[in-house]
Order: sequence, then structure tokens, then C-alpha cells
Amino acid sequence: MIESYAPILMIAVISLINAVGMVVASHLLNPYRPTPVKSAPYESGIVPLGDTRERFSVKFYMVAILFIVFDLETVLLIPWAVAMRVLGWEGFIAVMIFLTVLTVGLIYEWKKGALQWD
Amino acid sequence: MHEVGALSPTAFLVSSAIKVIAVFTVVMVTVAMLTLLERRISAWIQDRLGPNRVGPFGLLQPIADGLKNILKEETLPAQASRFYFILAPMISIIPALITFSVVPFAAPLPTPWGLVEMVVADIPIGILFIIALTSLGVYGIVMAGWSSNNKYAFLGGMRASAQLISYEVSLGLSLIPVFMVVGNVTLPQVVWAQQEGIGLWFALPLGLSFFLFVISAFAETNRLPFDMPEAESELVTGYHTEYSSMKFSMFFIAEYSNMLTASALMATLFLGGWDIPFWKGDNMVVVAPGVVQGAEPHVLKTLLTLLSFAVKTAFFIVLYMWVRWTVPRFRYDQVMHLGWKVMLPVALAYVLVIAVTILVLDSIGLPYGLGYGLVLTAVSVAVTAVFLFIIDRDRVISGAAPRPERVRVRRPAERALVVEGEPRAVPGYARVPAE
Repeated sequence: MIESYAPILMIAVISLINAVGMVVASHLLNPYRPTPVKSAPYESGIVPLGDTRERFSVKFYMVAILFIVFDLETVLLIPWAVAMRVLGWEGFIAVMIFLTVLTVGLIYEWKKGALQWD
Repeated sequence: MHEVGALSPTAFLVSSAIKVIAVFTVVMVTVAMLTLLERRISAWIQDRLGPNRVGPFGLLQPIADGLKNILKEETLPAQASRFYFILAPMISIIPALITFSVVPFAAPLPTPWGLVEMVVADIPIGILFIIALTSLGVYGIVMAGWSSNNKYAFLGGMRASAQLISYEVSLGLSLIPVFMVVGNVTLPQVVWAQQEGIGLWFALPLGLSFFLFVISAFAETNRLPFDMPEAESELVTGYHTEYSSMKFSMFFIAEYSNMLTASALMATLFLGGWDIPFWKGDNMVVVAPGVVQGAEPHVLKTLLTLLSFAVKTAFFIVLYMWVRWTVPRFRYDQVMHLGWKVMLPVALAYVLVIAVTILVLDSIGLPYGLGYGLVLTAVSVAVTAVFLFIIDRDRVISGAAPRPERVRVRRPAERALVVEGEPRAVPGYARVPAE
């Protein structure tokens, strides 16, 4: 089985060479004449105002936390899904308990307004 | 069962190398042609001509673009984090080019040296490999957005990361019914289940999954109506605002090859992959090295199934472009609400519905086959109808019209708050009268 990963390794190496090659080739071939104005960050033609590294909405952080929970849920469901017809109703009940806990969490988040964007 | 003979280790390596190079070349050329196709289709939809000067029908336009991009001056913003700025396009392009390698693109090919499977790598983890690699793409986008030190790029990167991870959940969940029905995660087995196991393309028995997967795939590839990371009218071009020359091109190649892989995946998972409809002659699966179950493999069959696969993939690619030039962009809150409040609960509920249906069918003792598929089709049609009915009620996602400031009020007070002559308020909500 492990030898079936050999082609993946090959294509990964080719992709890596391709990616590095593109960057290097364009670096060698193109002219590089920076000026202070040219290397200023683009802000629709006006002089950049303030710093970019500012605080951003905590919503993004909330989404990241929710993502971890629900993506793990998906990952845990995959083995069950593959073997579901073998496991039968017992497996289904076990997964239902697991899903109920997570669904209660989702409803709580929803009611708390963590999913509300405006 | 047909014994064709297994490949020797050397023959396996040589055939793999040929397939790797062929697939890589085809993907790169297709991506180049897709940029042209996109422009021609957009021109066609907008009643323009599109690029038609370079070569016949403008077919050499991608080469001209590529040459121009590689020779143009590259800007490097003074305040950018150099290392990550250069790393970002590479991080996005590498997974995009690798993912296609687990998609089977034709029926197995018999050769004098043994049976060659028409998939670059038939690995046991199958689709999970694609899910894992496509989620690496988000790093490229976030890195690009952050390292550019540009406000537009930063906002684009933040939006992109939140959007990609939100839709990844429903993408994964929409695949679970497929795993249930197939009982395996490798793509050749998925194709086989659609040919012989169930005998129906999964777009029918797992209709809602198909629907959710297509929507999530659009969101995952940042295509309209989900192109919030770019959103030209708000963020210039989003996370790649500061990129020029070849690095910009690399983001483009990554986007288009992701689109190509997503189209191929939709075709494989839900439209039978390389299966030719209504023909038993191409129904085959490799069960062991060199051993084929089902019909006898033949070179012509390989070519025909390759054509069938190309047609199905092309259909989804054209669908991508058609949607892009038809549907306007979502607002960001609509994107997030759709992801978390519609797609996620619906996908979860659908997983349960399909699980119960399959377990009930197994309990009754219905044999796994076409009858199975037809019952699942009936259930899916019913569930999809309910889903469309609910989503049409404007409860979870508000429409594109300017939103009134919504305040939840009790029924009796509602009437009093509505100003005479104002547009009718949404049921359950009332418009707050302007001061």
C-alpha cells in the first residue's frame, strides 16, 4: 500500500520545482527598479494612512474556534460513515449522542449571537 | 473477473512517472486555456468579442499573457514581510497542482506490461487526501494578505480565511452520505458504486449532498458569488493586491487549477466520474493489482471513458463561469450566515436522514442495488423540496435589498410601529420609523 504514495511524491516534487522555478525565473528575467513611491503599499492612489497591523473583529476568532469543533466532528464522522452499515443501529445511537451534544452547542452559539454578522 | 496481470515494480514506476508528467502538463495547459475560456465566455455573456487577436480564436493569448507576466517588473512593498510575501504564492500553487492526482480520469488501461490504472495515485485515503490538501490553500491566502502589509490585502486575507474554514465544514459534511453509501473513501470505488453498486449517479440518490457540495465548492474556490476575498469593488483585488508579475500569475494558476480539481471532483463524486451512462461495457473496477471486476478492459474503452470524464468536468467548469457572470456577489454577512446557519445544519440533518434511511433499508433486508438507490432518490427529492421551501422564506438570510433596521417586536405593537406608506415589513419584524 505504501508504494501507492510514490506518484504523490513525484507530483509534489514537480509542483515544488515548478513553483520555485516560476519565482526564480521571473526574478531573473524581469527588471527591478524600485522607487519609494512604487514600493509604498497600494491604497487607491492616496498616501497610506495609519498602520495595517491593527486590531480586527473578534468574530474571525469565533469562527476559527467554531471551525475546529465542527471540522473535528466531520473528521470523527468519516470513519463511522464508512463502516456504518457494519455497525448498524448501535453505532448510529452512539453517533447520535455525540451529535446531540454538538448540536446543543451550535444552538447555544446561535442564540448567543456568535453566528451573527452585521 | 478479468486477469490482465500486475505491473512489475519498474513498470509501475515508469507508468507512474508518465502519468504524473501527463497529468501535470494537462492540468497546466488546461488552466492556461481556462483563463482564455473565462474571458471568452464573459465576453459572450456580455455581448462583446473578447480576446481574439493572438492566434486563431485568440488561442495563443494565454502564452502571450504568460510571457508578459514573467517579463514584467515585480513590485515588492517596502513594508512587506519579504519571506512570507514570496512564500505565499508558492504555498497556494503547490497543493492546487497536487490534488488532481487522486482523481480517476478513465477506465483502467490494459498494456502488454500489465494493467495500468488511470489515476495518478490510487491511495487508500482517497478523498480525504483532497480535503486535507485543499485546506492548505488557505495558508497561502492568509500569508499573502498578512505579509503584504496592505489594508485591502489584509481584509481580503481575513475574509478569505473565515470563509474558507466555514465552508470546509459543510464541504466535509456533504461528503459523508457518499461515504455511507459507498462504504469506502477511494474515488475508484465511488465510481464503481455509481456504475454497479447502486447503479445510479449519486446526483440522484444523494441530491441534496450534490447541491451542498457544489455550493461549498464554489465557496472553497473563491469563485463568484463567493469571491469575498477579492471583491474588486470593495477591496481592489483583495489578498493579492500587492502582487504583480509572475507571483500574481501563480495565484491565478492556483485558483483555476482548484476550480479544475473541484469540477473533476464533482463529476467523479456525483455524476459517475468516467462512467458512460446506459452502457454496461465500461463498468469495471480494479480489485487487486492486475485484476479487474466487471467488464473486460480495452484501450478503446479507456479512451471513451476519458472523453466522458472530460465532458462532465467541462460541464462544471462552464457552470462555474456561467454562474460567475450571472449571479451578483453576496454580502459578507450573507456568506457567513449561509455557511453556518443554513449549510451546516442542513448538511447535518441530511447526514442523519440518509443514515436512518440506509439503516432502515438494511433492517428490512432490501438488497444493496438499484432498488436501494431509488428509495434514496425518493427520500432525497422530498428532503430537497423541504430545504428549498424553507430557504425561500427569507428567514435566515436576508435578501439583497437594503436591510431595514430590524427590531423584534411583539405582535400587537407591530402595527403601530409601521409607518403608513412605508414598504411592508418582513413578518415578525417591524421597520423602525425614521426620526
